[in-house]
Amino acid sequence: MAEISLRVNGSAHELDIQPQVSLLDALREHLGLTGTKKGCDQGACGACTVLADGERINSCLAPAVQYEGREITTIEGIGHPLQEAFVHADGLQCGYCTPGQICSAIGMLAEHKDGMPSAVTEHLAVTGGELDDAEIRERMSGNLCRCGAYNGIVSAIREVAG
Amino acid sequence: MRSFSYLSAPDVETALRVIADGEGVKFLGGGTNLVDLMREGIERPATVVDITRLPLTGIEELPGGGVRVGALVRNSRLAADLLIRTRYPVLAQAVLHGASAQLRNMATVGGNLLQRTRCLYFYDGAAACNKRAPGSGCDAIGGFSRGGAILGASEHCVAAHPSDMAVALAMLDAVVEVESVRGVRRIPIADFHRLPGDTPHIETALAADELITAVELPPVPVAANSRYRKVRDRASYAFALVSVAAALNVEDGVVTEARLALGGVGTKPWRATEAERALLGAPATEDAFRRAAEAELAAAVAGPQNAFKIELARRTIVATLRRLLTEGSAA
Ligand SMILES: Cc1cc2nc3c(=O)[nH]c(=O)nc-3n(C[C@H](O)[C@H](O)[C@H](O)COP(=O)(O)OP(=O)(O)OC[C@H]3O[C@@H](n4cnc5c(N)ncnc54)[C@H](O)[C@@H]3O)c2cc1C
Ligand code: SF4
Ligand code: FES
Ligand code: FES
Repeated sequence: MAEISLRVNGSAHELDIQPQVSLLDALREHLGLTGTKKGCDQGACGACTVLADGERINSCLAPAVQYEGREITTIEGIGHPLQEAFVHADGLQCGYCTPGQICSAIGMLAEHKDGMPSAVTEHLAVTGGELDDAEIRERMSGNLCRCGAYNGIVSAIREVAG
Repeated sequence: MRSFSYLSAPDVETALRVIADGEGVKFLGGGTNLVDLMREGIERPATVVDITRLPLTGIEELPGGGVRVGALVRNSRLAADLLIRTRYPVLAQAVLHGASAQLRNMATVGGNLLQRTRCLYFYDGAAACNKRAPGSGCDAIGGFSRGGAILGASEHCVAAHPSDMAVALAMLDAVVEVESVRGVRRIPIADFHRLPGDTPHIETALAADELITAVELPPVPVAANSRYRKVRDRASYAFALVSVAAALNVEDGVVTEARLALGGVGTKPWRATEAERALLGAPATEDAFRRAAEAELAAAVAGPQNAFKIELARRTIVATLRRLLTEGSAA
């Protein structure tokens, strides 16, 4: 067992856990924060996306012990215009992928503001390109939606990025 | 997942000592491959040494025009770096075409180089696989082998190397710097990954107690005119069926310099030296590009399920060179 202190949504939590426990399981099973979802548990769906120091990561592949000292933000700690926008734009059906989509989109907007290029960026030497639909789709490709609410998701993000 | 003990290394010296003294010690980078393989029971370390707090996170310009990238630089940081984007656009593009944004925020340069194959039978503990269980056979041969390699395979293993980043590094003649308690070594990328031969479980030239500390990019002026193109089953977030890293210089309609490397088709990141030879001094025409592709692919061997990769590789090579010629670099 390892004793760690995990900072989640602004408060510190003391945990006594095995090193094989993922950040996802630590959040859901140990801290009762079940907003973050488990889809594939292998990095292939994005349902488990949370922010670590503001950067989006897949919590299912993150050993919780490795994230001691980082500031973790889950959907429970988020109040963002994207949430309203998802509702207005029909950016969800069952809602299972939504917490991951929201966390991912927040991280994505920060990356774009920071000048991060994407695989569809036309000129890599130019920073600050427009966040058009093709860019949004590529940058959000790490979040699958089984219900296929992609059009709504893209328009919700476009609206907030606006 | 089998239990293990966890240690976060405060400095390189500690990391090297722990791996030199211990049995079954593994380094933990971003964890995006290791954690998955541990969960599947394919990797079973007794001790995991977290190296993400080591001060190997710099991207520095070297005198002479090269760039040194620390082994713990996250994939996203590498792709975002303006020096990389302008001097080696092919590398930034290759990294951006791999995995997802979340995974690139976690994945490290060292871990990316050491990521293991996505061959389905390698992941399936009930299947025969010489890479996972040496001597057990290879269920991919004659099995589901759509993703398999067409270059560099052996009768013991046909698994394709999965990395996009490493394909660009192969094109750039990068050098992998490694360190152990015995000292520092510099391994040219061409010698870093091994062909499977009859020991597919031995994948790289890295010794069990060595830490990757950096990747050095030499000055490659032609890389200013370079691109990466990846073809996959869906538009994003999928491994390559075929990918091409290419750089091209043309003067008066004649190719004066060309570099080419392939992903998704080789058992290691594949430097296409035959194609490069054919391109040098040739006219910069579609015909010459096709002949160069054919020169490389003459050695290709495919099964019934991945024969399409030969034609796909030919077309992707030609298309990438054509785009470099007409539109220039990705920067
Ligand atoms: C769903 C999914 C999709 C993906 N798609 C792609 C794709 O399209 N293209 C692509 O290229 N990749 C893809 N990947 C793979 C991803 O790029 C790798 O998992 C990642 O680069 C590994 O880096 P890491 O730091 O997380 O490595 P880890 O998982 O931490 O480590 C991997 C291995 O390297 C060793 N190691 C790590 N760092 C060092 C070091 N400095 N010295 C010595 N040993 C070290 C570890 O012990 C381990 O054996 C995908 C992964 C997932 C899960
Ligand atoms: S191709 Fe290689 S990795 Fe795949 S089953 Fe055969 S030996 Fe294993
Ligand atoms: S649950 Fe983490 S990516 Fe699917
Ligand atoms: S809303 Fe159901 S999976 Fe996305």
